[in-house]
Amino acid sequence: MFKRLRAAAAGLGLLAASAVPAFSQGTLRIGMTAADIPLTTGQPDQGFEGYRFAGYTIYDALVNWDLSKADVAADIKPGLATEWKPVEGDPKKWIFKLRQGVKFHDGTDFNADVVIWNLEKLLNDKSPQFDPKQTAQVRGRIPTLIGWKKIDDYTVELETRVVNSLFPYDMSYVFYSSPANWEKQGKDWSKVGLNPVGTGPFKVDRVVPRERMDLSRFDGYWDKARVPKLDKVILYPMPEAATRTAGLLSGQVDWIEVPAPDAFPRLRQGGMTIVSNKYPHNWAYQPSMVEGSPWTDIRVRKAANLAIDRAGIKKLVGDMMIEAKGHVYPGHPWFGHPTFDIKYDPEEAKKLLKEAGYSATKKPKIKIAISTSGSGQMLPLPMNEYIQENLNAVGFDCSFEVMEWNALVTFGFQPVTGDASTKAGTNGINISRAFVDPYSSFMRLMHSDYVPPKGANWGLLKDPKVDEMINKAHTSFDKAEQDKIFSDLHSYIVDQAYWIWVGHDLNPRAISPKVKGFVQAQSWFQDLTPISMQ
Amino acid sequence: MLLYALRRLIYLVPVAFGVSLLVFALVHLAPGDAISAIVPPDAPQEVVDKLKEYYGFDKPLPIQYLRWLTVTLSGDFGTSIGTGRPVSEEVGGAFLNTIVLAISSCLLAFTLAIILGIAAAYAKSRVVDRLVTSIALVGVSVPHFWLAIVLVIIFSVELGWLPPMGLGPESATGWRLDLAHLRYMVLPTIALSMIPLGVMTRTVRSTIKEILNMEFVTALQAKGMNDRQILLHVLKNAAPTCLAVMGLQAGNLIGGSILIETVFSWPGTGFLLNSAIFRRDLPILQGTTLVLAFFFMVLNLAVDVIQTMVDPRIKRG
Repeated sequence: MFKRLRAAAAGLGLLAASAVPAFSQGTLRIGMTAADIPLTTGQPDQGFEGYRFAGYTIYDALVNWDLSKADVAADIKPGLATEWKPVEGDPKKWIFKLRQGVKFHDGTDFNADVVIWNLEKLLNDKSPQFDPKQTAQVRGRIPTLIGWKKIDDYTVELETRVVNSLFPYDMSYVFYSSPANWEKQGKDWSKVGLNPVGTGPFKVDRVVPRERMDLSRFDGYWDKARVPKLDKVILYPMPEAATRTAGLLSGQVDWIEVPAPDAFPRLRQGGMTIVSNKYPHNWAYQPSMVEGSPWTDIRVRKAANLAIDRAGIKKLVGDMMIEAKGHVYPGHPWFGHPTFDIKYDPEEAKKLLKEAGYSATKKPKIKIAISTSGSGQMLPLPMNEYIQENLNAVGFDCSFEVMEWNALVTFGFQPVTGDASTKAGTNGINISRAFVDPYSSFMRLMHSDYVPPKGANWGLLKDPKVDEMINKAHTSFDKAEQDKIFSDLHSYIVDQAYWIWVGHDLNPRAISPKVKGFVQAQSWFQDLTPISMQ
Repeated sequence: MLLYALRRLIYLVPVAFGVSLLVFALVHLAPGDAISAIVPPDAPQEVVDKLKEYYGFDKPLPIQYLRWLTVTLSGDFGTSIGTGRPVSEEVGGAFLNTIVLAISSCLLAFTLAIILGIAAAYAKSRVVDRLVTSIALVGVSVPHFWLAIVLVIIFSVELGWLPPMGLGPESATGWRLDLAHLRYMVLPTIALSMIPLGVMTRTVRSTIKEILNMEFVTALQAKGMNDRQILLHVLKNAAPTCLAVMGLQAGNLIGGSILIETVFSWPGTGFLLNSAIFRRDLPILQGTTLVLAFFFMVLNLAVDVIQTMVDPRIKRG
């Protein structure tokens, strides 16, 4: 009997020994939050996580992001285009000079024909290569692009609908896939998705839907300074936070995205590092500014901004948040010098509400559309409940219209005056926003021309001064002047308390001590090329 | 018997139509729409409209249903909105992975349940009976996704014995029957087998206990049969009830593994459904649900036929 038990124990020991994962030198294994591999055909889905792992790894844009520094906000830099400038006298037209000598992973050349082919793929529904799925991912990011023309093999002319000095930022979202590969895959985008070919620093070895994507170093990458040090990167979809945590602690992956805050102590105890940095993320309430909404009174908006205990919320999310002082975080080039100091001051909030004519028997009724989860929403239910307590404590009557993330996104496709919001009786919405570029930061959210479905000015904010400043920035071709306008604009919108700002996520990820050389940029995107495994 | 099976098979046709209608209606009743899940929040309306037209969501629901039914009947199931790949390929691959896990869980749960159930029913000692009843109670009561997380913490994180997630080792693709892949199955199999283990143990125990009190058992003892011979008679009498419950449990394992597959990142139908729900990938949702429902129906039919074979007195329909 005991002999058998000993044999069983020995067998179990053998099994245990074989269970210790074999670490390949130079292979980085990442647990993503996505439930599937993002689209690999060119324009990734799954939000910016898709761009991070299936965009800038496999592909390049004409304009890339400089993700090499952690101490400054990431900005654009030449990518597949070496330079760009508007046509003199006709600023709606832009000339992009293309980089020569760039090869796709399949060995074919990148040139002006490729650029035109890819833009037709996205914007010309009559072209054979038109792919509506890719169009859907990027059309909203290039709202002004209406024309494209080849000048010569390495020069293209792009045309915008209106003068848009910030157009190069838009072009950082468009990736270029290989036309030859599309032909080779039988002109079938779903097959291209399994065998994608780009010009990026990593080439795709294997895509197994819902299981993994294997990337390997592209030795022929055009930017020799960014040829990856890693041999391979393996991406795993792991939507469950507990699974990601277990995967990292057990050594099955080396890097996980968005660990749950309550797992931080255990991860640190296991020798893992929680890396984080500020990045352009904004968690706020976008209020209704239509007649009859309590938010039209600046005192109410200021009171709400002063009623929120952001330090408490920061603690709730495991310190992975910057307490908001405005639309962008302090230190950002556009922060400016607002005079309204957003802080926790419930007494001042009560005073402001009283001045606005509210009392215990006449409370400002606010109802916010919120989600139960979602990309960038952090911990929406506990955070909103915390805020609800804060707001009600100073005299608000706060309630929520709770829905699933996808339903909230659909809800946001109509402005506050639309059927969905009118029926729900909401006068605020809580969708976290990225302020990656000037268009996504201000134009689409606050310009009066950009009411949904055209933009995301859900609350119908209409302030001629805001419009004028945004227009001025978008027609100025001087970067310093643009930054000055945006910082003035930011100071103004904070002083007007046009939104109720709560916090900026810190983009936490947990990495194993074996991962060396990673620099977490102040961006939604990250560069995997300098990383090596020890 | 053949005629009975054929008749039951024909009955499946209207049921399948009913299920398809129900599946379609339920998927479309959920809030949100398919296109909004695949476009960024600020996508222009023109793009959303074009995509709706492209995927046929601009048509009235009855037309959409008929179109879906037509492609489904041809075995095509349409194209996934989320990935652009054929639904049949997506569901087919995932279904095989789920079946593998379901079979291993069924084997574990049913084998243990039969042993424990018989032991408890026959036990002279109250301790054994109470112990088995407690195991059954735990199996039925403990949330299996919670157990899954606990198993991962103990055996993967703390002890490092077994991998916490995935289908197989880094170098492999898809499932294969070898030691490396079996290691990945251990924890999800245990977690998934807990509920059927609890349910089946209780069923086997109570059914056998009931049969042991019947007069024919006393008659068999009086005829001088030994315990083993009597057990065979008891088991044959208990089989129809146990088979019926086993069929339901096996069906539940295939359809209800969404949480376990998500916790273990096991790329089966549960994992696929999870992803499809968040992406509002209606063709995948419809295709997966329909395949699962159809499998459930076929499984029940098979159980009914086997029950009739075991006990010809049972004549259904």
